[in-house]
Amino acid sequence: MKKATVRKILTHVLLIFMSSLMVYPILWWFFATFKYTNALSDKALWPKEWTLYNYREGWHITSDLSFTTFYKNSLFICVMNVVGSIISAGLVAYGFGRLKFKGRNVWFAIVLVTMMLPSQVTVISQYIFYNKLGLIDTYVPFILPHFLGGGAFFIFLLVQFVRGVPRELDEAAKIDGANTWMIYWRILFPLMKPSFVTVGIYSFIWSWDDFYSQMLYINSPEKFTVSLGLRMFIDQADVKWGPLLAMSMLSIVPSLLIFFFNQKEFVEGVATTGLKG
Amino acid sequence: MEKTGNQRDESRLTRRRKFKENYGGYAYIAPWLIGFLLLSAWPMIYSFYLSFTNYNMFGSPQWIGTKNYKQIFTTDLNFKKSLMTTFKFVLIAVPAKLVFALFIANLLSKDVKGMSFWRTMVYLPSLIGGSVAVSMVWKNIFGLDGYVNSIIAWLGGEKVPWLVSTKLALPTLMLMNVWQFGSSMIIFLAGLKQIPKSLYESAKVDGAGPVSCFFHITVPMLSPVVFFNLVNSMITAFQQFNSAYLVSSGGPAHSTYLYALMLYEKAFKSYQMGYASALAWILLVIIAVFTGVNFLVSKYWVHYDD
Repeated sequence: MKKATVRKILTHVLLIFMSSLMVYPILWWFFATFKYTNALSDKALWPKEWTLYNYREGWHITSDLSFTTFYKNSLFICVMNVVGSIISAGLVAYGFGRLKFKGRNVWFAIVLVTMMLPSQVTVISQYIFYNKLGLIDTYVPFILPHFLGGGAFFIFLLVQFVRGVPRELDEAAKIDGANTWMIYWRILFPLMKPSFVTVGIYSFIWSWDDFYSQMLYINSPEKFTVSLGLRMFIDQADVKWGPLLAMSMLSIVPSLLIFFFNQKEFVEGVATTGLKG
Repeated sequence: MEKTGNQRDESRLTRRRKFKENYGGYAYIAPWLIGFLLLSAWPMIYSFYLSFTNYNMFGSPQWIGTKNYKQIFTTDLNFKKSLMTTFKFVLIAVPAKLVFALFIANLLSKDVKGMSFWRTMVYLPSLIGGSVAVSMVWKNIFGLDGYVNSIIAWLGGEKVPWLVSTKLALPTLMLMNVWQFGSSMIIFLAGLKQIPKSLYESAKVDGAGPVSCFFHITVPMLSPVVFFNLVNSMITAFQQFNSAYLVSSGGPAHSTYLYALMLYEKAFKSYQMGYASALAWILLVIIAVFTGVNFLVSKYWVHYDD
């Protein structure tokens, strides 16, 4: 055999091995949700007896609360956050990427620095601030930041895009008497759609997966999100692993669907700005 | 008379236009600016002030000078332990993750059939990695009677106390971190595609093998991307919280008591807001120093084209 062929085979063998290693825990998890609790540590991946008990039991976590509520709450937050980031990060990115104004470079440098800022130095003061305003146990602490610029990552990503749009388009519109506001809405906003998709995807998944701030701010179980619902399982003295794993499995379905339908935007988003999925 | 009036109008108009040209952009960046002042700048200043006070959310903060800092550095045993644990976590998990990511990216960058399929497979853990769900799975499979141990038993080994041993709990969390190498891998992959193929071809003509190609072409050409990934992953790793909180709850015997977890407990379990703010500022300084050192050292190993 040729050397190149051998190497190709070797590469594939390695790839198959590595990706099985990666995906194996997820496969185990998937099948485990259909196993009875006493069969969870069976070495066989495939359940000996299939059951939907875990899903039924898990969904109705307490007598008066079910994951229906948690999904509604999580979806509400996510949709608000997606809308907020697209509207506000788009405007801000247009400002930074297209308009000339005094102090622009300084402010944009600050945007970049805030990407590296550990949230720990702000979270305590923010908590005190929201507490003083009586906004603990509301969704405002999650949603408000998304309407205020949506986060440095999104601004950065959109600025990169705006800078790539040829300026001739704005110039032509300017000659026709359009002001900056009209140029944004009529010309750039429609052109930015692909990057808005990326922003929307990340905004959704991050809000969906968020746990830290939801844990800080939400106390009432009827306001719980999916992440907090999952935590309820381990707060109990006797952890019901079967239902917990089943609900965990369901909780990643939205992220998986979004990922599979938007792989291109996803990969580009990660590759160009170093966003974390 | 009429003429001067016109002139005045004109100068007013140009002044207005000038102002608009100079400051009009602020209307667009206003959402961010308000957010920055309200949710970043002011909270930072306030938490710096709080770090010199005693404050438990009731009443008002009491100024106590540098007492919090003194206490942290002299009598707080948890601080020392937690800091060491966090250093260990960052200095082992981050390089391990990056080496792994680079290795896989290198495999995928070869003209492999079905590249996007493989990429999806290895990216999957990272996509869902931040969620509570994955922490739960990890907690279960590495449990004493979990799946990993039942495989080990099947192979004839003894039960391994993954999460209940002070020696193994942290490595188990590190493993979870390494498993989520997908984002770094995709960034590496994008970087690898930027390297001109002609470099490899001419090296091949000179008789260089794949290993020497990797170290003499790939590594230097990719160094800016490695640097970017390194800085990013380090900053994230210093703030690791979910796995320590959900998988091991900081235990056993504080062996996985990562910094962010300690900070969370001081602030939101015992409401020592002043003390926790001091901890937060210390973390900020540590991250800044590490990032700064990274930038300084980068001069010696990162090659930029221009």
